[in-house]
Amino acid sequence: MKKLMSGNAALGEAAILSGCMCYFGYPITPQNELTEYMAKRMNELGRVFIQSESEIAAINMVLGASATGARAMTSSSSPGMSLKQEGISYLAADELPAVVVDMVRGGPGMGNISPAQSDYLQATRGGGHGDYKTIVLAPGSVQELTEIVPLAFDLADQYRNPVIILGDGMLGQMMEPVDFDNIKPPKEYPKDYVLTGAEGRPSRMIRSLLFDTKEEEEHNWKLVRKYHRMQQNEIRYETFLIDDAEMVVVAYGIGARIARGAIKRLRQDNIKVGMVRPITAWPFPAPILQELAKTVHEFFVFEMSAGQLIEDVRLALAGQGHIHFYGRPGGVVPTPVELYRIIGRHYYMASGRKQP
Amino acid sequence: MKKIYTRPKTMKEAHFHYCPGCGHGIINRLLMEVVEEMGLRDKAICVAPAGCGMLLYNYFDIDTLESAHGRGAAVATGIKRVRPENLVFSYQGDGDLAAIGTAEGFHAANRGEQITVIFVNNGVYGMTGGQMAPTTLTNQVTTTTPNGRDPILAGHPVRICEVFSMLDGTTYLERVAVNKPAAVVKAKKAIKKAFQYQLDGKGFSLVEILSPCPTNWKMGPLESCRWIDDVMTKQFPLGVVKDIP
Amino acid sequence: MMTRTIFSGFGGQGVLSMGFTLANAAMLEGKYVTYLPSYGVEVRGGTANCTVVVSDEEIASPVASEPEFVVAMNQPSFNRFQNILSSGGLICVNASLVNTDSVRMDIELLSIPTSELAEKLGTIKVGNMIILGAFIKASGIISFDAMIKNLAELLGEGKSKLIKLNKEALEMGFDYVKE
Repeated sequence: MKKLMSGNAALGEAAILSGCMCYFGYPITPQNELTEYMAKRMNELGRVFIQSESEIAAINMVLGASATGARAMTSSSSPGMSLKQEGISYLAADELPAVVVDMVRGGPGMGNISPAQSDYLQATRGGGHGDYKTIVLAPGSVQELTEIVPLAFDLADQYRNPVIILGDGMLGQMMEPVDFDNIKPPKEYPKDYVLTGAEGRPSRMIRSLLFDTKEEEEHNWKLVRKYHRMQQNEIRYETFLIDDAEMVVVAYGIGARIARGAIKRLRQDNIKVGMVRPITAWPFPAPILQELAKTVHEFFVFEMSAGQLIEDVRLALAGQGHIHFYGRPGGVVPTPVELYRIIGRHYYMASGRKQP
Repeated sequence: MKKIYTRPKTMKEAHFHYCPGCGHGIINRLLMEVVEEMGLRDKAICVAPAGCGMLLYNYFDIDTLESAHGRGAAVATGIKRVRPENLVFSYQGDGDLAAIGTAEGFHAANRGEQITVIFVNNGVYGMTGGQMAPTTLTNQVTTTTPNGRDPILAGHPVRICEVFSMLDGTTYLERVAVNKPAAVVKAKKAIKKAFQYQLDGKGFSLVEILSPCPTNWKMGPLESCRWIDDVMTKQFPLGVVKDIP
Repeated sequence: MMTRTIFSGFGGQGVLSMGFTLANAAMLEGKYVTYLPSYGVEVRGGTANCTVVVSDEEIASPVASEPEFVVAMNQPSFNRFQNILSSGGLICVNASLVNTDSVRMDIELLSIPTSELAEKLGTIKVGNMIILGAFIKASGIISFDAMIKNLAELLGEGKSKLIKLNKEALEMGFDYVKE
């Protein structure tokens, strides 16, 4: 049975069904409904909920809970995500799983509370200090959250690494029909590192401090090998009408959704535009773009930022093809019609044909 | 021959990295003696800090988790909420608890988290080379207060036990020292009591330990121990600050 | 077909619940639907609005920059949202509170004397449902009969006592609009 739910609430329910045992969060718009949902449901289920004193405290509570083997989650929005970066770096260094949600809003600084996609680079480049990566999942609808959330917990456990769910204010606030039928009971992962008290076994330590530079270097290479495995195995994306496309749009999350509306209109005008929608913003689906670049010359990046995703597209294409760009930073949400006009104009400019 | 002094079984066979005359070694040992005597090796989880105490996991033969600078009480909270049956304590210095991690310590205390904070107060940032700590005494010379700590410019020494005593979530707060045998005996008793309060579910407990740092105080070990009595305890009086049995 | 509606008014006029009820009813009919509330600073300021998109196919954006329909429960909402209504669109207003002298000439106006009608039911609280009933008749976005049938589910638990009153209010509004 479908239910009309906001993205924030649906995310909370999906986390609960995925076996999230602990949630720690600090209020910030536009993700408060998630914190409020967890406050109610986690208490009902006898699981752990704390409204922490700060985002810094919340991510460190996650670290503590994760060290005991519990599935733990925290959420925030852009300014709060900046504060969480310290803890995310430690989680990555300690190889501890965690799910961290960012419902992105306009920035930098205080910015505003409108939907934005301007935390892309922070999320996909590690975000905090040191050489590390996080898996970044970017859902585009409330229903897709119910697939992304259990996946996030599984990937976090499988790779022992923090996973970021990169949403935006609109995804969090918007209500859509949703069901949770696809969420299976959480898988059990062998966890031989967890701290439970050293009963009947040697004591364990979880730490990231390695004074010996050789040791630290080897730890870094070990992490890098793990990130390579992620790049080999965990790239996820969706394509839309690319078979005959002369121009390929690259967009993610809510941006991709708006682009999809624009592309449908363009197709009505017989303009052959398709789309690649990264579902994992990291690892980035570079291979599909490289494959497409063999036959397609025109790429169009659309994002609700001043230009962040475009860096990954540039890196993927490595000089092949021509990249067009349209960005709306600051919390502005363009309409499908607006994007239809822009893409159409670029299409005609590139093709040398005359715009009717 | 009767053996009267030996390494607690809860300690690994390792050499301390601490400077001569430092109080950390005594405190490390006291903690592990208490853990052993209370039969808690199988239950104890310690959160290690950033600072001179950060390598304690090389010495403690119990489960340990490193925390970022200042976050010990939040990390301990995360552990304890999942595993209420364990003994969970954080080991934090004065910069860690009284400066960068005040919010985490204060709010864990205010929530009455069932954890124990071992708060090592030596009035100085030891590991980074002797800079001013929030607990540095007025007029005390450090590398960042070369003319002595001037309250107008650098504020006043922070009394954590007294501040935390105002919070309803705290149940047992005591300030002790490790500068002479009698004091060490008292310190051990305080740690034991704090752990017992946690096991009994009475709420947040904290033991503040005045600890010598001869290296950064630029004093000899003996002089440092005397200085604790003569000077430091005037600002940080020893004794029970709060006890709700 | 896709229709976009903005419901707007003061906080407390039941604006969000109108939109939510419509979105929920459309979902039960098997339609694609999005519901986007205004949030944050705007809500704290005392005005409220939400956007409901109902469609036979996937919805690209839950935002409506040029909606086909606007429901305006107070004067500021009328002034603001009639300007973005698409040409030929319908604006449904709470005539008890809104002066419509300045209405655009290229849009259709539906005035509902909400307070007067509500008085007949003995409570002003169901004014939003009267307008919603009228709006559904005029817009034809969803089936009114199906909505009435699903009313218990739409209003959710805890409001079961209010089903009769809400039903009367919806029907009153629906009947007020002539074919």
